[in-house]
Amino acid sequence: MGDVGLNAYLMVGAVLFVCGVVCMATKRNGIGVLMGVELVLNGANVNFVAFSRYTSLGLDGQTIALFVIVLAAAEAAVALAIALNFYNNHLTIDVDRGNELQG
Amino acid sequence: MANGSLTHTFSDGIMPETGDILMFLLTVAWLLPLAGFVVEVYWLCFSHRLNKGAAYVAVACIGIGFLCSLTALLYWGNATKWAALSEPEHHAHSASHDAGHAEAGHGEAGHEHEAHAVDADEHSHSPPPAPAKKYFSGTYYELARFSGLRVSLDWYIDSLTLVMFTMVTFIATCIHIFAIGYMHDELTEEYEDHEVHLHNGGHFSRPGRFHRFFAYLSLFSFSMLGIVLSGNIFQVFIFWELVGLSSYLLIGFYIERKSASTAANKAFIMNRVGDFGFLIGMMILWTSFGTFQFGDRTEGDHTQAGLFTMVRGQDGKLDVSEDGKEVYLQDAYGHRAERNGKPLSISYMLLVAAGLGVFAGSIGKSAQFPLQTWLPDAMEGPTPVSALVHSATMVAAGVYLAARFYPVFTPEVLLGIAYIGCITLFIAATIALVVTDIKRVLAYSTISQLGYMMLAIGVAGWGAALFHLVTHAFFKSLMFLCSGSVIAGCHHVQDMSRMGGLRHKMKITAYTMLVGVIAIAGLAIPGTSIGLSGFYSKDAIVASALAYSELNPGHILLFIAPLVTAGITSFYMFRLWFLTFAGTPRDAHVYEHCHENPSVMTTPLLVLAVLAAGCAWGGEGGPLYRLIADSELVPATARVASTGAAKVILPSHQGHESDVHHVHSTAGMLALISAIIGMTLAYLLYVKKTIDPNQIRQQFSGVYDFLVDKWRFDSLYDAMFVAPVHIVSAWCVSFDKGVLDPILHSAASLTVLTSKWDRAFDETFVDGLVNLVGTVTYNVGNSLKVIQTGRLRQYVMWIAVGVIVLFGALFTTIPK
Repeated sequence: MGDVGLNAYLMVGAVLFVCGVVCMATKRNGIGVLMGVELVLNGANVNFVAFSRYTSLGLDGQTIALFVIVLAAAEAAVALAIALNFYNNHLTIDVDRGNELQG
Repeated sequence: MANGSLTHTFSDGIMPETGDILMFLLTVAWLLPLAGFVVEVYWLCFSHRLNKGAAYVAVACIGIGFLCSLTALLYWGNATKWAALSEPEHHAHSASHDAGHAEAGHGEAGHEHEAHAVDADEHSHSPPPAPAKKYFSGTYYELARFSGLRVSLDWYIDSLTLVMFTMVTFIATCIHIFAIGYMHDELTEEYEDHEVHLHNGGHFSRPGRFHRFFAYLSLFSFSMLGIVLSGNIFQVFIFWELVGLSSYLLIGFYIERKSASTAANKAFIMNRVGDFGFLIGMMILWTSFGTFQFGDRTEGDHTQAGLFTMVRGQDGKLDVSEDGKEVYLQDAYGHRAERNGKPLSISYMLLVAAGLGVFAGSIGKSAQFPLQTWLPDAMEGPTPVSALVHSATMVAAGVYLAARFYPVFTPEVLLGIAYIGCITLFIAATIALVVTDIKRVLAYSTISQLGYMMLAIGVAGWGAALFHLVTHAFFKSLMFLCSGSVIAGCHHVQDMSRMGGLRHKMKITAYTMLVGVIAIAGLAIPGTSIGLSGFYSKDAIVASALAYSELNPGHILLFIAPLVTAGITSFYMFRLWFLTFAGTPRDAHVYEHCHENPSVMTTPLLVLAVLAAGCAWGGEGGPLYRLIADSELVPATARVASTGAAKVILPSHQGHESDVHHVHSTAGMLALISAIIGMTLAYLLYVKKTIDPNQIRQQFSGVYDFLVDKWRFDSLYDAMFVAPVHIVSAWCVSFDKGVLDPILHSAASLTVLTSKWDRAFDETFVDGLVNLVGTVTYNVGNSLKVIQTGRLRQYVMWIAVGVIVLFGALFTTIPK
């Protein structure tokens, strides 16, 4: 198994990021949006880990990746709680219905 | 201080000094009316309006005061073995004998005061013999001390003080009792004042003021006695103002009557004019002498000379420098006073000014020309007030002060006093000829008699003046009370032209009044020297005036005026009696309703009538005159020629060889003839009607109008003082209204205008700016709010687009 190089990892990370963003922008389901967020975060994580492997960044990148995972878990817990409350109030989780904060 | 020494003496069992006892008795007599005043002022706090108790308190206070004064007089007489009553040649010796005792007592007890005495024995060989000083003085309380200058409450007692105390308290007691009857209609909750007309045609009514009247009377008695007891001129001034105040309150007793309140103001203001002079005189004395005290004062072993000693020394003579411009002051030991080795002196003109200043106070208080106009108006007060305050005592205080201050007066001042008195006595007597108000006749007569007293002081008839003061007090208070009795009996009719024949209805009043009239007219049995009191005292004055005018032929007027006025006095007093009591009733209504008064009012009349008739018994050899003359500080055993601006010779008036004694019988006869002529004329005019008074009135209508107008003094003062004040006030008003008010008004409108501009600026510019900021912010916010769609996916879009744009910008701008 030969070394595929940094660019390959960056490509995967970019694809993951774009997929996440597209998922966030298109999904009307709140859970879908959360999933898109996970994709975006993991895209970023791939980049961190890749840079730590191929550049002089060292273990720092991997540490930051770990922090991102932990924060993603916390964020997911909060976001799910918001989603549950949103459902309680609107009997749906369609994010387009949550436009009450508009100006 | 002095009280402390008194108790000390008693507790030690040493015989207290004569001076202490006299001081104690007179102080009690003096302070009792003050206590009475305090009780009566707060009468309504513990009693009610209808209670007569206030009057009884007042009578008790002044009555006990009289007993104290009488006791003091008798005690003094016994202590001096009545030396004052013996022949003048002897009493100097015996008085000094007594005073010597007092001196010894002083040494033992260490008192602050003493009977100041010069031992006549020591000087008996050196002519002229030094006169013995016969007064007691001391200090109650020291108010202030400025290094050598002190202001204190002092007492000064000599035979004059004692006589005045006894006279004032006795007359006051009689009048207090009379007033219980006279003021009886004030004992009501609803007193209707018939003199005050309201707009609705009714009369003013108010609660009765019986207790208040007696409170004022007590205050007056206290103040008057204070003047007499005062040991320094400053203290005299304090009580001088207090009697002025009580006089003001009493004149204005019926304050709701316009005439009464105006009269009260007039009396007060006229007196202030005189007091202005008094103040100036006091300032001169204070500056030049450094003391206000009358008598010498011993502190430790040093005796500080009082005013009288400083001016007159021990021999009663002014120590004038050779050029006549300075008067050297004397110390208490008979030498020239010195300070820092230089002899103390006062400019002669300043001494004259001080004398004239103090006399100006007397002019005001005694209603002398030119300040005489207030006294007739003061008759607005209730009649007992007129009797006590405005005839017998307060107005006599001016004479008393002039007499007390006699040692300080230079011959120039005395000449002024004589002429003021001379003018006054004539003017007032002529006005009294035409007045028909019974009280005003008496008021003008009072002014005239006070003029006699002033004249007597001016012509060196010191004893005669005070002699007349005392006799006048008795017969004038008697006559005022009689007039009060008439007024009360006739239900407040005062006009004599509506009376007549009243002697049938008011026997006691009529005949006691007749005693007063005979007394004031100075009638006597021709050929003998037996007459009523006024005969002796007026006789003494006329004799002094004659002696004076014989020595100073240029001043003959000073004799002629009182002589002629004696006739006028007799005329108008008999006219009063005939119009009121004799003849037939002129107003049937008044006569029908008139009645004699209850005994509470007639008893004082009878008592006073006895004294008015007999108080001067013996004339100038009698006890009263001798008592008074005993106090004379400037004895005149020989003529005194003045060297000052006024070249006059003062006659001698002591002893059988004196100038006055020589002319006495002539003067007495002339005065008697004058009085008899006056009486006869009155009889012919008003009883026999041989001459019709109306015809005379028509014939001399000019003179008559002039007299009815009171010599036009009121009009003159109106023109001289009141009118100019009105004109100046009118100017001030027009200046205020024409200049000051427009300035103020334009300033105000300018301020209003500025404020309006300021408001407009605030509302448009400042507010507009603030509003603009607000509006802009609001509009910007409003326009920006459309971005905030609330759509989550859109936001993600924008984030993505933003990130892409950021990266784009990053890559294009950062160089490779």
